[in-house]
Amino acid sequence: MEALYILIPVSVALVFLAVWIFLRATDTGQFDDLKGPGMRILQDDDRGTGRDNKET
Amino acid sequence: MTASLSLPASVVAVGSEAASEADCFHCGLPVPPDTHYRVRVQEREQALCCPGCQAVAQTIVDSGFADYYQTRSSFSASAREVPGSVGDLIPEALRLFDAEEEQQRYARAAGNLREAVFSVEGIRCAACVWLIERRLARLPGVAEASMNVASERLHLRWDPALCQPSQVLAGLRQIGYTAYPCDPVRQAAQLQKSGKKLFRQVFIAGLCMMQVMMYAAPAYMSDADTMDGDMASLMRWASLLLTLPAVLYSAQPFFIGAWNSLKSRALGMDVPVALGIAAAFVGSTISTLRAVGEVYFDSVTMFIFLLLCSRYLELLARRKASGALEGLQHAMPASALRMLADGRQEVVAAGRLQRGDVIRVRPGEAFAVDGVLKECAATVDLSLLTGESRPQTRQPGESIPGGAVNAGQAALLQVTRPLADSTLSALLRLAERAGQAKPRIAQWADQVAAWFVLALLLLALGVFIAWNVIDPARAWPVAIAVLVVSCPCALSLATPSVLAAATDALVRRGVLVVQPHVLETLHRASHIVFDKTGTLTVGQPVLQACSVLSPDLTRERALQVAAALEGASLHPLARALLVAASDLPGLQVTQLQSFAGQGLQGEVEGCVYRIGSQEFVQALAGKPLRQVSSVDGTQVFLGNDSAWLACFTIEDAVRPEAASVVARFQAAGKKVMLLSGDSQGNVSRIAAQLGIEHALGGQSPHDKLERVQYLQSNGAVVAMVGDGINDAAVLKAADVSFAMGGGAALAQVHADAVLVSGRLSGVWQTADCARRAMLVISQNLAWASLYNLLAIPAAALGWLNPWLSALGMSLSSALVLLNALRLARLPKED
Repeated sequence: MEALYILIPVSVALVFLAVWIFLRATDTGQFDDLKGPGMRILQDDDRGTGRDNKET
Repeated sequence: MTASLSLPASVVAVGSEAASEADCFHCGLPVPPDTHYRVRVQEREQALCCPGCQAVAQTIVDSGFADYYQTRSSFSASAREVPGSVGDLIPEALRLFDAEEEQQRYARAAGNLREAVFSVEGIRCAACVWLIERRLARLPGVAEASMNVASERLHLRWDPALCQPSQVLAGLRQIGYTAYPCDPVRQAAQLQKSGKKLFRQVFIAGLCMMQVMMYAAPAYMSDADTMDGDMASLMRWASLLLTLPAVLYSAQPFFIGAWNSLKSRALGMDVPVALGIAAAFVGSTISTLRAVGEVYFDSVTMFIFLLLCSRYLELLARRKASGALEGLQHAMPASALRMLADGRQEVVAAGRLQRGDVIRVRPGEAFAVDGVLKECAATVDLSLLTGESRPQTRQPGESIPGGAVNAGQAALLQVTRPLADSTLSALLRLAERAGQAKPRIAQWADQVAAWFVLALLLLALGVFIAWNVIDPARAWPVAIAVLVVSCPCALSLATPSVLAAATDALVRRGVLVVQPHVLETLHRASHIVFDKTGTLTVGQPVLQACSVLSPDLTRERALQVAAALEGASLHPLARALLVAASDLPGLQVTQLQSFAGQGLQGEVEGCVYRIGSQEFVQALAGKPLRQVSSVDGTQVFLGNDSAWLACFTIEDAVRPEAASVVARFQAAGKKVMLLSGDSQGNVSRIAAQLGIEHALGGQSPHDKLERVQYLQSNGAVVAMVGDGINDAAVLKAADVSFAMGGGAALAQVHADAVLVSGRLSGVWQTADCARRAMLVISQNLAWASLYNLLAIPAAALGWLNPWLSALGMSLSSALVLLNALRLARLPKED
C-alpha cells in the first residue's frame, strides 16, 4: 500500500500533463478540422499538379 | 492510366457508374434525352447533362486536373445552377467584391498580403478539396489556400497587387463551386470561438472528473479499518488539486451566467448551480484542511462535466443551424447596372444609387430600387411584394417598386428614391415594428425557473438553520447536500437537451429552426395561416390544361407550335409552355414579331400563327370563338389565319403535398387559414381545392398584419407560413413563423424557421416533431420533479450519504439525456 503514496502524486502530475498537452493541441488547431486530414491522406501529392505535368 | 487499379472500390464504382450513358459524368443527374453535351476524359467520351456541367468538366480536364474524376468518391455538385460556370467571363456582380470598402468588410491585411475567409458550397469528397486547393494555387497572386472540410471554409491569402477576390471566386465557379466571402465579425465566427472554449472546458472537466472519481471510489468502499487516515487525507488533497481546474476554468460559464443574472436582478438557473458548486467546493476544501467531515469533490466535478455536456450539445445544434442559415443568405451585395452619360454601363452596389440615375434591368433580374419606367413598357412580376401571381404590364412613366422582378424584356428605370427610402426598406421597418410587439414566451419560462430557484435557495437556508439547532456539526454538509442533490441537473437538462436533439433531427430533414421557441410555440398554435403564392402553390405558372379547338390538330402539335413561337420569350407564361413542350422536338420559326402586351406572331412551316390574348388571335383568325369556357387561370390562345387552334390554361400550380399538410393540421384540431395578396377569386378556388374554410384575398401586407394581430388579441396563437417580402412583417408578428427556403432572403431573416428543402411537408414534420418533443420534455420534467420531490426531503432530513446522492443525480441525468436522444431518430418520411 505504501506505493500509493508515490503513485497518487504521480497520477495528479500526469493529469496536469495531459491537460497541458490538450491545451497545446487545441491552440495549434488540431481539433479545428476533424474530417479534412482523413480525406487528404488518400490524395497523392506528386501527380496532377496542373498543366505542367499533363503529359506524364 | 493505371492509377485506377490501386484505388479503393468506392472510387472505381463511381467511375463505372459515370460511364453509363444515362447519368451525367460530372454530377450524376440523369442526362435529358436529345442533348449532346460531351467531354473527353482520358481517351473516353463522357455524356453530361447541361452546358454548366460541360463547361466545368471541360475546365477541369483542360487544366490537367482529370485525375479528380478518378479519385473522387461521390459525384460533384451539379453546375446547372452555378451562374458564371459557362465561359471565362467574370460575372460583373462578382467585381463588387473587389471594391475597397467591400474588402474592408471581409478581408484584413497581413503584411503585404490580404487574408479572408470564404464559404464554399458543393464540397462532396476529398477530391473536391484537392481540386480547389490545386486550382487556387495556380492563380497568380494566391499565396495560400487551405480548405477546412468540417466547416466548408476556405482560408485564403493573396497579394492584392497581383490578384483580386473576384478572380478567385470566378476561378472557383469555373470548376463548379459557388463561394462568397464570410464576414469574420459575424455571429458565426463568434460561435466558432465560443465553441472552441467550451470544448476545452468540457474536456478538462471530463478529465478531472474521471481522475477525482478514482480517488473517491476507495473512500466509499472502505471504512476506518481498511484505509488509514493518512491515505484518506492524501486522496482528499489529490482530489482538491484536480478539482481546481474544473472549478476555476471549466465552471466559468456558470459563475459568469449567475453573476450576469444577479446583476440584472433576476434569478436564473445558473444561480443555484454556481452556488451549489461554490458551496460544495468551499465546504469540501474546509473539510480537507481540517481533515474532518465529508468531501464532495467527485460530485462537484461531475455536475460541471454533465452540465457542460448539455451546453455543448446545445451549442453544436445551434452552430449547425446558423451555418445552414448563412448558406441561405447569399452574401452577394444587391447590385444594379447604371447607365453612364457616354452610353457605357457600370455595375454598382444598389446602396450607392442616387435619385435620377438610370439603371438597366435585364430580363429575370429584380429592380434594385424604386423608380419610374423609361422609354418602353415592361412586364413586371410583383408576386414577392404583393402576392399578385400574374405578371403585370407597366407603361413608360409609371412607377415600379424595388423588389419587383422584370418578367419581360430589358427595361430602363430612372431612380426616384435611393435604397434607404425605398418600398423595400419601408417593408423592413414595418417588420421591425411588428417584431417589438411579439409575445415573449422565453420570459415566462425564465420566471418559472426563477421561482423554483428562489424556493430552492430558501429551502437550503431553512435546512441549514434547522440543522444548526438540531446538530450544528451536520448543518453545513446537509445544506450542501440539498443544493447538490437537487442541483437542477435533470431539470436544466430536461428542456435544452430535447430541443437540441429535435433541432438536429429537423436540420437533417431540411427544416432549419432559427429561434429556440419554435417547437414550443408551434405545439400550442391554434391557427395555422398560409400565404398562397409560393407557399401553398409552386409560385411559377404551369400549364394546367390544353384544349384543342380544331379537329385536325393534335395536342402535341399545338404545343410544338406554341413552344416554337414562344421560344425566345422570357415571359413567365411562355416559360410554362416551353417547360410543357420540352419533351417534344422543336420547330423552326421565322418572321417572329412581338406585340407588346398582346402576343407573338410568327411563321412555322409556311403558315402564319398567332399566340396570345383572345382579341389578338381573333384579329388573325377572323371569326369569333364560339364557346369560351370560363376556366380559372390565365388563358393563352393559338390560331392561324383560318381557324382557332388551341387554348392553353396556365396557372400557378398547387404544391402536391399542400392538401395533405392542410388536412393533417385540420385533423390535429388547428384552424387553417389562407391570407393572400392575390385576387379573392383565385384565393377562394385554391382554398376550395385544399379544403380550407377561411380564405381572404386581396390582402396588403398591412391587412395581413392587422388580421394576425386581431386573431392574437382574441387569444389565438398564430403560426404563419409565408414566402415573399410582403410577408416579412406578418411573419415577424406571428407567434411562430416559417419561410420557404426558395423565398426572398428577407423573409428568411424574419422567420423563426426556414424550410430549406423547399417542401411544405416540412411544416407538418416540424409540428409532429414539436408534439413528440413536448411529450419527451414533459416526461423529463415529470421524472426530474419526482426525483427532486423524493431526493430533496431525503437530503434535508440528512438521510443521503454522498455517494448515493451522486449516483442518483448522475443516473437521473443520464436517463433524461437518453430520453431526449430518442428524438434524434425521426420516423421515416411518409
